[in-house]
Amino acid sequence: MASEEAPSGLQIHPMDQFVVKPLFGGDTIYWYTPTNVTLWMALAVLCVVLLLVIGTRGRAIVPSRIQSVAELAYGFVYKMVEDVSGKDGLKYFPYIMTLFIFIVFANFLGLIPTSFATTSHIAVTATMAMAVFLAITILGIVKHGVGFLSIFWISAAPLALRPVLALIEVISYFVRPVSHSIRLAGNMMAGHAVIKVFAGFAGVLGVGAVAPVAAIASIYALETLVAFIQAYVFAILTCVYLRDALHPHH
Amino acid sequence: MASETHAAEGAAHAAETVGMPQLDFATFPNQIFWLVVTLVVIYFVLSRIALPRIGAVLAERQGTISNDIAAAEELKLRAQEAEKAYDKALADARAEAQRIIAEAKADIQGDLDAATAKADAEIAARSAEAEKAIGAIRAGALESISEVARETALDVVTAMGFTSDAGAVNAAVDSKLKG
Repeated sequence: MASEEAPSGLQIHPMDQFVVKPLFGGDTIYWYTPTNVTLWMALAVLCVVLLLVIGTRGRAIVPSRIQSVAELAYGFVYKMVEDVSGKDGLKYFPYIMTLFIFIVFANFLGLIPTSFATTSHIAVTATMAMAVFLAITILGIVKHGVGFLSIFWISAAPLALRPVLALIEVISYFVRPVSHSIRLAGNMMAGHAVIKVFAGFAGVLGVGAVAPVAAIASIYALETLVAFIQAYVFAILTCVYLRDALHPHH
Repeated sequence: MASETHAAEGAAHAAETVGMPQLDFATFPNQIFWLVVTLVVIYFVLSRIALPRIGAVLAERQGTISNDIAAAEELKLRAQEAEKAYDKALADARAEAQRIIAEAKADIQGDLDAATAKADAEIAARSAEAEKAIGAIRAGALESISEVARETALDVVTAMGFTSDAGAVNAAVDSKLKG
């Protein structure tokens, strides 16, 4: 786009890929406007349906390939919730599965060249992180009342240290949604931007483009890993927070 | 094509004004709205259809596996029983075979003894008969000898030119033979 206007200069716009655009033209983006966000989120929903609904249609005792992938995803998240949050956390398994499966598909769809990575937007990840934070806090207070505050009061530590630790704990508790959301958005954005930067180099280097293309290939491999790991991290942190809400007494 | 260039212009515009599209707060309501829609849809798809179904399939498979293991256990027991029964049948059969063999041996021995006894008796009978026949033949032979001697003596006497009395010759021969 920009390089077409000035083909001689090295003009890289690594952030252009993150721009939210209306799908059907128009300038203003209202809250209901179908945008590329809508498109790629809808594709994520489609992938979820394909894998977890269409893929398991056979309900086979001996599963087909796609069904075993669906079962693997189910077992993976189920075991994670059970191990990290405990048996009583399994009640919230569908919520965590929803978050995990959405982030996984959004991340992987974002890796398709020229696609739009919805999870690279802080608006998306912060909404999810805030939802987790509010849900966990409300759940903790409803379940334990004032006793929920004991997550800030570390009874294992010496009495003199406890107020200091409590302060640190309170700060870290309220920083949770920030780190939770920025970790995912930052990872996705950084990887995609770096790929775009290298792609810009490749555009002007001619034959020398082999080097940036090789770099893109290796970063792409890394990003594939990151796409999964960040979804996993988001889900497992949700499980950890859930455990705090269910069992605030360390 | 027109919309594409338009979008490109829009993109350039957004990039110019914000720098980071992530911090373009004008798009936040839109993103949050569509995210909520997406998550709600995924949640309902998962909790109403996908998760119960997969959970049921996994439980069913677990059930099938434990059933199969139980069935295999039972079959193993039955196989062991069958093996025991087989061994017992084999031992029984062996004992029966031994018994039959002994019986057959005894039978055969009995038959053999009877046959031997019969054969012995027959042999004895035959020998006696033969003895008798030989006696008879011997007696016949002695008779023939006296006859031949008488005739020969008569012939000799006749040949020597004596008129002979057959009775005298015979008596002489008889006395000679006896003497």
